[in-house]
Amino acid sequence: MPKTNKTSQNRFPHRHLLTCETLTAHEAVALLDLADKAAENNRKADKKRELLRGRTLINLFFEASTRTQASFELAAKRLGADVLNMNVSTSSVQKGETLLDTAVTLNAMRPDIIVVRHHAAGAVELLSQKVDCSVINAGDGAHQHPTQALLDALTIRRAKGRIEGLLVAICGDVMHSRVARSNIDLLNALGARVRVIAPSTLMPPTPERFGVEPFTNMWDGLEGVDVVMMLRLQRERMQGAYVPSSREYFHFFGLDNDKLSKAKPDALIMHPGPMNRGVEIASTVADHSRSVIREQVEMGVAVRMAVLEALSTHLPS
Amino acid sequence: MTKSAATATAEHSATPTAYINAHLIDPESGRDEPGGIVVRDGRIEDIGEHLRRNAPSGLDVVDCGGNILCPGLIDAQVFTGEPGSEHRETLKTASKAAAAGGVTSIIVMPDTDPVIDQVSLVDFIQRRARDNAIVRVYTMAATTRDLGGEEMTEIGLLQRAGAIAFSNGKSSIANTRVMRNILNYAKDHDALIVHHTEDPYLSKTGTMNSGEVAARLGLSGVSRIAETIVLERDVRLVEMTGGRYHAATITCKESLDVIRQAKDNNLPVTCGVSINHLTLNENDIGSYRTFFKVRPPLRSEEDRAAMVRAIDDGDIDIIVSSHDPQDTDDKRRPFAEAADGAIGLETLLSCALRLHYTDGVALTTVLKALTINPARLFGLEAGRLAVGAPADLIVFDAGEPWVVNKALLHARSKNTPFDEAKLQGRVKRTVVAGVPVYRYPDDARS
Repeated sequence: MPKTNKTSQNRFPHRHLLTCETLTAHEAVALLDLADKAAENNRKADKKRELLRGRTLINLFFEASTRTQASFELAAKRLGADVLNMNVSTSSVQKGETLLDTAVTLNAMRPDIIVVRHHAAGAVELLSQKVDCSVINAGDGAHQHPTQALLDALTIRRAKGRIEGLLVAICGDVMHSRVARSNIDLLNALGARVRVIAPSTLMPPTPERFGVEPFTNMWDGLEGVDVVMMLRLQRERMQGAYVPSSREYFHFFGLDNDKLSKAKPDALIMHPGPMNRGVEIASTVADHSRSVIREQVEMGVAVRMAVLEALSTHLPS
Repeated sequence: MTKSAATATAEHSATPTAYINAHLIDPESGRDEPGGIVVRDGRIEDIGEHLRRNAPSGLDVVDCGGNILCPGLIDAQVFTGEPGSEHRETLKTASKAAAAGGVTSIIVMPDTDPVIDQVSLVDFIQRRARDNAIVRVYTMAATTRDLGGEEMTEIGLLQRAGAIAFSNGKSSIANTRVMRNILNYAKDHDALIVHHTEDPYLSKTGTMNSGEVAARLGLSGVSRIAETIVLERDVRLVEMTGGRYHAATITCKESLDVIRQAKDNNLPVTCGVSINHLTLNENDIGSYRTFFKVRPPLRSEEDRAAMVRAIDDGDIDIIVSSHDPQDTDDKRRPFAEAADGAIGLETLLSCALRLHYTDGVALTTVLKALTINPARLFGLEAGRLAVGAPADLIVFDAGEPWVVNKALLHARSKNTPFDEAKLQGRVKRTVVAGVPVYRYPDDARS
């Protein structure tokens, strides 16, 4: 796939970043190239840049988040922007304001970028239609989380040197996972082969239509993969509704050394966090030498800087 | 996959034995001829017409006297009281009743106290059976915790611990979402889901079949659609999920339409019927005879006849005793308040022979639903007369008449609806893994 300086200097064609579904390989590679530079910058003592000086970014999180919100905040601040974190639990949303009223209210404050996480799929896109600034989707229900997929792709590319042709297994609660959906879209666009592994109760219907190969058995699904991407299993889903117990889930779907041995010897181990040690991943595997879980966090800041930089070309001057 | 069973005798190996002068019937191969078999190390070593009169030297010889020798019966629905209600029945007493009735494998239901919904309890049943039971005992584990119908059990781990299949016992899972998830989840483990098909809301207050008899007796009825609604729903869920499904005991002729259609569509759907619903009907309740109070309730004669025809046609896969021991005290109550359930292990074969003698079903067809069909459904090695198969056998005199005397039954509880019934066909010998566990008349009660 083309990876030249020329493409990365092309103007990013989207005003918002809402989904990976519409991201072309070209655009994604451009973002990853930018992120690579940001990653270098982030390892310097002086990380501050001037690109977004005078700009305002609002973190609007309707769902609790530590790492994603902090990651966006750091990314924006390193680019020189002012950051406002909206604490939804004490905001007017709790007083019954609708999502669209919140959007209109915030828009009136003339922010340049709003980063939104919402528990309902499609909510972020809805909000983006009502504001004049750029909107970044930081997770909408079980739909999309594009910066997660980008940071995963960056982590893989830096560790493996490429993405095209790699065999990636996404394992766990695929049905309820926006991380899975975003990664399936992006990895497919970038030329990886994607498998999803889940019990049938956590497998979305017609997985083949997503361009992935579905497995309901971890040992079979991990055979020969280059990357093992684990998903978080939410507590309320492991008490008999979708899976009988965390014990049984760990036995059949938790990543331990036995199951990991089916993957390629140099397979990467990834997890979007926060981890349930002993549920979807064994502690020893999480801390394994091939685990790139900490790199994922580091690349998270870099990727978000790249996204902000790409979107900055659309900001009103 | 071959399942392991717990039995107190199966591990002992007996002297090699030849069973000669027998009328061999094997429903799997269709064998129906005079002959004999040789048993060594708990398995069938040789079989055929050449063993009819002469046994190879050096073997113990059992002369079957021209009686039928066929695979031991496999009863896929047996309730015991162990753990929790040992005064009703233990694995030991149930296994004795089974042996006396020609049943060499029993599948015990999870409706105990505590419910068999955990790995340690499956292990408990297997250990108790290994130490005390004289026939093979397999465990059906619960599909939901405490049979509550809401939270799925650890189907994968329970299966690894030895659970042969999964059932919600005597209660239906009312929550459709839960049932869908269970079938969906079970599919990943190729686990069989056995389901009691009776809508709890429609059947809750009912005590017998809804209809004229109930109306005359002034008893509230359980409508037939309580069964068909759940069955139809389940078939839709099987269609959606692909999970293996077995309707435990169907009773209404309308249910047969549902089953036939599911089978025509090649869905993984099978069904069973209890011996009670093949041989009794609602009129037997007469004047409030509580020993005929069972769940699902006895239906009309038309239904009974339809069930028998379905055995003949193969639409119903298996016959179970639905052996369900109850205290006499719990039965000697006003009909509506009396406990449901009837014992049936010891009379299973003789009652099933009524299908042959009274309803004209071929003997091999009747035996098929009691041997090879349940063996295939639950993945058991037994249930067939074949070289290498486990020597789980019975010898019975198909013609011998007898009268049931409940005092002489081996089951600990005596709630049989067949007391004083005139039956034809008597078990002469029951063999589990080559070891005789019941011999008539030596081991009979008197």
